[in-house]
Amino acid sequence: MRIANLTHGALFMLGAYLGVSILKVVPNLWVAALLGGLAVAAFGGLLERFILRKLAGNILGQVLVTLGFAYIIADLCLVIWGGDPIPIPTPQFLQQPLRVAGFAFPAYRVAVVVLSVLVGTALYLLMERTRLGAMIRAGVDDMQMARAVGIPVSRLFTLVFCLGAGLAGAGGVIGGPIMSAYPGLDADMLPLALIVVILGGVGSLAGAFAGSFITGFVYTFGVALFPQLAYVILFLPMIFVMAFRPRGLFGKFAA
Amino acid sequence: MKLAALACLLVGFPLVGGEFYVNLASQIFIFAIFAASINLLLGYGGLATLGHASYLGVAAYTSALLGLKLGLGHWLAAPAALLATTLMACLFGLIALRATGLGFLMLTLALSQVLWGTAYRWVALTDGDNGLRGLSRPFHLDDAASFYYFALAATAASLWLMARFVGSPFGAALRGTRDQPRRMSALGHHVWLIRWITFVYAGFWGAVSGLLFVYYHKYIHPISLSLTNSAEGLLAVIAGGSGTLAGPVVGAAIVMLLKNYVSAYIERWNTLLGLVFVLIVVFMPEGVVPGVKRLWLRFASRT
Repeated sequence: MRIANLTHGALFMLGAYLGVSILKVVPNLWVAALLGGLAVAAFGGLLERFILRKLAGNILGQVLVTLGFAYIIADLCLVIWGGDPIPIPTPQFLQQPLRVAGFAFPAYRVAVVVLSVLVGTALYLLMERTRLGAMIRAGVDDMQMARAVGIPVSRLFTLVFCLGAGLAGAGGVIGGPIMSAYPGLDADMLPLALIVVILGGVGSLAGAFAGSFITGFVYTFGVALFPQLAYVILFLPMIFVMAFRPRGLFGKFAA
Repeated sequence: MKLAALACLLVGFPLVGGEFYVNLASQIFIFAIFAASINLLLGYGGLATLGHASYLGVAAYTSALLGLKLGLGHWLAAPAALLATTLMACLFGLIALRATGLGFLMLTLALSQVLWGTAYRWVALTDGDNGLRGLSRPFHLDDAASFYYFALAATAASLWLMARFVGSPFGAALRGTRDQPRRMSALGHHVWLIRWITFVYAGFWGAVSGLLFVYYHKYIHPISLSLTNSAEGLLAVIAGGSGTLAGPVVGAAIVMLLKNYVSAYIERWNTLLGLVFVLIVVFMPEGVVPGVKRLWLRFASRT
């Protein structure tokens, strides 16, 4: 959608904290992820509809407004949920390690991988194989022409923004058992997400997947091998990609 | 005439102002250099950066580390810090200027977040969250008034040099690349090179503000490298009016006053900062200086 959104880290964190609160009422992680995602999606929809809509094409304005909201969200989370890290329990039936060919894998992480592949596939099918996806792509590529042929671009964009925000929120809840919810989670997630997008290429789902794989691998090995320089190592693949392919691995257009 | 009056006011200020206000003014000066260096990129080059705290922080850390770990005096540490930071700006410019617009912004942000994370995690070198303490000021400028004059002189010199840069033919070419990059390219200007030189120049002045920053506080913490710091600088430029010479200075004063005064009464400084961001973008997108100028012109034309 070509909107500079810096609230995503904060939305991820908001999702994680909402997950904490929902889990107190409904002790089921998947329900919490769904509800947390919906709540964050609703918030994202309001943000898009009432603020970002007016700033279409004004990148700097979008950046400052989303950054402002990121601060407000982070600060309010601190007020509501306090400064201590809150762990989110792993669901009971996924606590046993999974044994495959003599190797033990933590079952929850396997479930997260499966789920993310499912979500990625669903998004791909939505964007590339359905009428709705074609309409969204048309709106991004040429908004005026899309409007002229009767596509409700504004409504679609609100929907897409909701979807993006909702996925960030649900991601926060699902990431909870691995990372727990703590202040500063947003600032930890944002550079990761940005590097993933820069690496993979803006506007490409395959790019986002490839980007997260590379970033995940490099980051995990980097933390294990050179813990103090993990951030520098994280950033090396990005330099290489930018040097040879400025639009990212799978990017359609330069960001 | 106006400038001379302003100079008299600024020189005379420590004689009447209390120590708190003199220190606050010094902080505004330092922040004004920082904001003005962002303005070179944003206002004149049309390049929105969210990573300018890198230069402030790296210069501050370099000079602090050279002093603490190698025992270098300020005469050596300060030029070394400026040189190292400027070289870093050369390198970062090569990477970040692969893109413009949103891509440029994301790259500068990612680069600065990397430095911020490194400063936090590399405890052996930077002492992580504790920050580096026990630093000294050059020339034994330990009382508020003498540091004020030092900062005032440095700020005046920096702003003058930046104004010269913008007013030069090169500055005109830079504004050309902001408004009509394709036409400038067709006219034979090397658009990328113009942007890169500006990027490095802005990085240098960011480093200067970093040196003053670490001299003032005699302490440096990873938060100086954080996104918040870059964003506050950007906010100061936009609040004051980007692409004007006085804008960043006015904006720096506004942000610093808000930060120092209001945070004494309101605990939730980050929420307030966020609200200020939103309000300025929604209601005063052009900034305070052009806004006031426009009101003044309207007022003057009526009478």
